[in-house]
Amino acid sequence: MISLPAPKPDILARRDAILADLGRLLPADAVIGETIRMKPYETDGLAAYRQMPLAVVLPRTTQEVAQVLRYCHANGIRVVPRGAGTSLSGGALPLADAVVIGLMRMNRIKEINLEDRYAVVEAGVTNIGITKAVEGDGFFYAPDPSSQLACMIGGNVMMNSGGAHCLKYGVTANNLLGLTFVTIEGEVIEIGGNYLDAAGYDWLGLITGSEGQLGMVTDVTVRILRGPEGARAMLAAFDAVEVAGAAVDAIIGSGIIPVALEFMDKPCIHACEAFAHAGYPLDAEAMLIIEVEGSVAEQDMLLGKIRDICARFNPTSMKLAESAEQSLAIWKGRKGAFGAVGRISPDYLCMDGTIPTGELPHVLKRIGEMSVQYGLGVANVFHAGDGNLHPLIMFDANDPESFRKAEEFGGDILKLCVEVGGCLTGEHGVGVEKRDLMTTQFTLRELDLQRAIKSAFDADWLLNTAKVFPLADNPKIAA
Amino acid sequence: MTRPEGQGAEGLGELMGAGSIAPATEESLAAEITRAHAAREPLCIEGRGTKRAMLRPVQAARTLSTRNLTGITLYRPTELMIRARAGTPLPEIEAALAENNQQIIAEPPDLTAMFGASEAGTLGGAVSANLSGPRRIMWGAMRDHVLGIRAVTGEGEVFRSGGRVLKNVTGLDLCKLLTGAHGTLGVLTEVTLKVLPRAEATGTLAIRVPDAAGGVAALSAALGSPYGVSGAALLIEGHGLLGLEGIIALARIEDFTESVRYRLGRLRTELAAHGEATLLDTAASHAVWRSVRDAEPLGATPEEAIWRISVAPSAAPGVVAALGRAFAAKLMLDWGGGLIWVAGPAREQAHGAVMQAAAAAGGSFTLFRGPASLSAHVPVLPEEAAPLAAIARRVRAALDPLGLLNPGRMRG
Ligand SMILES: Cc1cc2nc3c(=O)[nH]c(=O)nc-3n(C[C@H](O)[C@H](O)[C@H](O)COP(=O)(O)OP(=O)(O)OC[C@H]3O[C@@H](n4cnc5c(N)ncnc54)[C@H](O)[C@@H]3O)c2cc1C
Ligand SMILES: Cc1cc2nc3c(=O)[nH]c(=O)nc-3n(C[C@H](O)[C@H](O)[C@H](O)COP(=O)(O)OP(=O)(O)OC[C@H]3O[C@@H](n4cnc5c(N)ncnc54)[C@H](O)[C@@H]3O)c2cc1C
Repeated sequence: MISLPAPKPDILARRDAILADLGRLLPADAVIGETIRMKPYETDGLAAYRQMPLAVVLPRTTQEVAQVLRYCHANGIRVVPRGAGTSLSGGALPLADAVVIGLMRMNRIKEINLEDRYAVVEAGVTNIGITKAVEGDGFFYAPDPSSQLACMIGGNVMMNSGGAHCLKYGVTANNLLGLTFVTIEGEVIEIGGNYLDAAGYDWLGLITGSEGQLGMVTDVTVRILRGPEGARAMLAAFDAVEVAGAAVDAIIGSGIIPVALEFMDKPCIHACEAFAHAGYPLDAEAMLIIEVEGSVAEQDMLLGKIRDICARFNPTSMKLAESAEQSLAIWKGRKGAFGAVGRISPDYLCMDGTIPTGELPHVLKRIGEMSVQYGLGVANVFHAGDGNLHPLIMFDANDPESFRKAEEFGGDILKLCVEVGGCLTGEHGVGVEKRDLMTTQFTLRELDLQRAIKSAFDADWLLNTAKVFPLADNPKIAA
Repeated sequence: MTRPEGQGAEGLGELMGAGSIAPATEESLAAEITRAHAAREPLCIEGRGTKRAMLRPVQAARTLSTRNLTGITLYRPTELMIRARAGTPLPEIEAALAENNQQIIAEPPDLTAMFGASEAGTLGGAVSANLSGPRRIMWGAMRDHVLGIRAVTGEGEVFRSGGRVLKNVTGLDLCKLLTGAHGTLGVLTEVTLKVLPRAEATGTLAIRVPDAAGGVAALSAALGSPYGVSGAALLIEGHGLLGLEGIIALARIEDFTESVRYRLGRLRTELAAHGEATLLDTAASHAVWRSVRDAEPLGATPEEAIWRISVAPSAAPGVVAALGRAFAAKLMLDWGGGLIWVAGPAREQAHGAVMQAAAAAGGSFTLFRGPASLSAHVPVLPEEAAPLAAIARRVRAALDPLGLLNPGRMRG
């Protein structure tokens, strides 16, 4: 179980006065204090944890965000930034003495420039919303987290979100040009701009993935790219996890970088097939989905090369999509993987760790052993090109013991990732979920350095307190 | 060949004398910094010092070099990663990668000629200077490919950030912070890079365009096409070696042989209205892009200063015109027009014109190479807004409390 720091009693005691002050700073409809209306903000994608905040504010402009932050800073009030609340690591989980600043009303697209290939959007624009705004002209915004219908670009920046296509197109950090950034003191700073290389320290890179620890983002300038002529997928199934892993190595070793290279293990194949009827091979131990891009002739050429490589590994089956529809069918099972597992187990924990791809067979074998040891089912689906695992640990939320075991199992998997040279999180962030595991990846001195950088931005640790960094040995939070 | 003022070979010899320390292990490098910290003694940080004329000269009695921290420590071609000690010469890394048909993604320039150096630069230097070449428009900057670092703080403490896997969002990303920090936040001792396969073939479309605006329009059309253009430059003075006269827009495709042929054909049709086009094959493409990467077409003389300006591409023709009016600027454009290389007299008036043109276009600039007589007195990078400058001071204090690493190199 994850603990939260004790709320500051003086702040709780001044709640009414704080709400009244916020009401003076913002239009009346932008401040929410009633328990019933704060309910939707009580939790995020890590739904096992809930906490009612002190208040919720929904500003509409950068200036309003700055005013609220300035006020909270002056009064020692903690702040929890929030986009769509799809974080799977509890990054947007409120604190009892904190004001949640939700940016969902900042959802305007401010500028689209196709000639210079960028767009300026407010932080509350959804990930898919950016692509929707430019796809008519053949352009797209590349990072595509599975949550892209809901999650917002501000949240993507703070989690440095990735997606199935990041083997080729990179993650959020690789697709940003500029930010409007508001400090806890309420200063508005423009970072970068609409050009590629800002000289000097890489603030853009430091802020990206900082999980709301350094400040808030209100506007984002993203690169937009022209889409390829077309794309097509294939599926290859194997009778052992090691063999599928070796096929992945051989594909990459041949010089082909597919746009997507996804790996599913047997339990995941079964769950997805039951849900999507995508024609997945139920006898296989592991399956790859591989997508390539280009003209039809180029797709044929690349899929042909990949088929020949896979053939060397005695696949139990292979299926090349003949059309866009068949590609969609292949993807349908994968895209619905989380939902599919949700159907076979009412509750699951979606873990997120990264390993060197060469360690795949060892790690999957160990996860299988732990599954037996804990008596909990687990399904694995992940981006094979970059070793980002998503074990889905199934448990029963009505049984506290089952939840406790699931968390412990998850922790063991993440420790294993670090042990083999990987890391605690590839895309979902540390949040509250992995906060206390940070010491398995970093020395205390390394954590101190990161904490000193946090302090350089937020001396009083008011921003998203109790996330990312362990609570123990932290004089800034203990109070 | 004459050298930029204050950057002579003689100066190099002096510095490599008694004032230079080049430890052979991370441990002894950390010990040197601990000692310097105790003595409150500033250090000039270097790899092989080939970029000494970049940004601003450092006032330090002693130079700490990573030139003896060499060697590739881990290379996993199928995991698309390579790890090496910071002082490893780049050509050594490129050679190891080439054996497996792979390459450093960001295509860092070889600026030996530009900086009048005679030996190759180091991995740590390339990362610390965040040097990226033409491929940056498609595959990202050097800073996008640094997966992990080991480094030493200004107090002599060794720390790591990142790791060796392609995706990692665990904690604050200090790799990004140190990349491009020119040694002012820590000394890199080891770097892990993401790498990619080399393309089987390369081809380039060279289009004769009427003027800079027409050239940038052609490049924007190329980059807005679905064909995956991985290089887009504009040579204002043509390219004598390749017999290309006039103003030439270059668009590169790198891929499998069949794809390159097909895509260049389509691109040529799509860009037909922009000007008469010539196709360059793999060998000619390699030659022309190598020279673009190293900014050779700029034709800068050793006495001249060199600036890099980054803007939105459509703003580039305005900058080109403004600089042409302000002084006899030599110019070359890369990144679809988004990167403007400028050479001109190493004088404050020219520098002022560059700063003004970059600001007017909403962009950023660097005094890339200049004699100390200029760089010591002018901002070599745009000023940061006051609140950001305050944060920068605190961040620097977190990593190098006494400000001993490369003092004055980036900002005053
Ligand atoms: C079904 C499902 C699938 C998912 N798939 C993926 C996937 O494929 N890849 C992936 O990377 N992630 C995935 N996620 C995780 C999640 O969607 C991402 O982390 C996403 O970026 C969060 O965006 P959000 O707008 O919901 O942010 P929130 O959850 O609201 O916030 C995320 C974090 O950012 C902070 N924050 C939010 N907005 C701001 C701001 N404007 N300024 C400062 N801080 C801010 C919050 O405090 C919090 O720490 C998935 C989640 C779900 C539920
Ligand atoms: C195939 C290939 C060949 C190349 N050959 C050459 C060549 O022959 N000559 C050449 O000049 N370039 C060459 N390059 C270019 C290369 O990108 C950089 O110029 C070079 O790596 C800079 O290294 P340096 O050690 O000389 O830098 P330096 O001038 O020593 O340093 C550059 C900056 O980084 C800082 N710095 C250096 N090392 C560290 C460290 N470990 N930690 C923190 N800060 C540090 C310095 O203080 C300085 O601000 C080549 C590139 C390629 C791809």
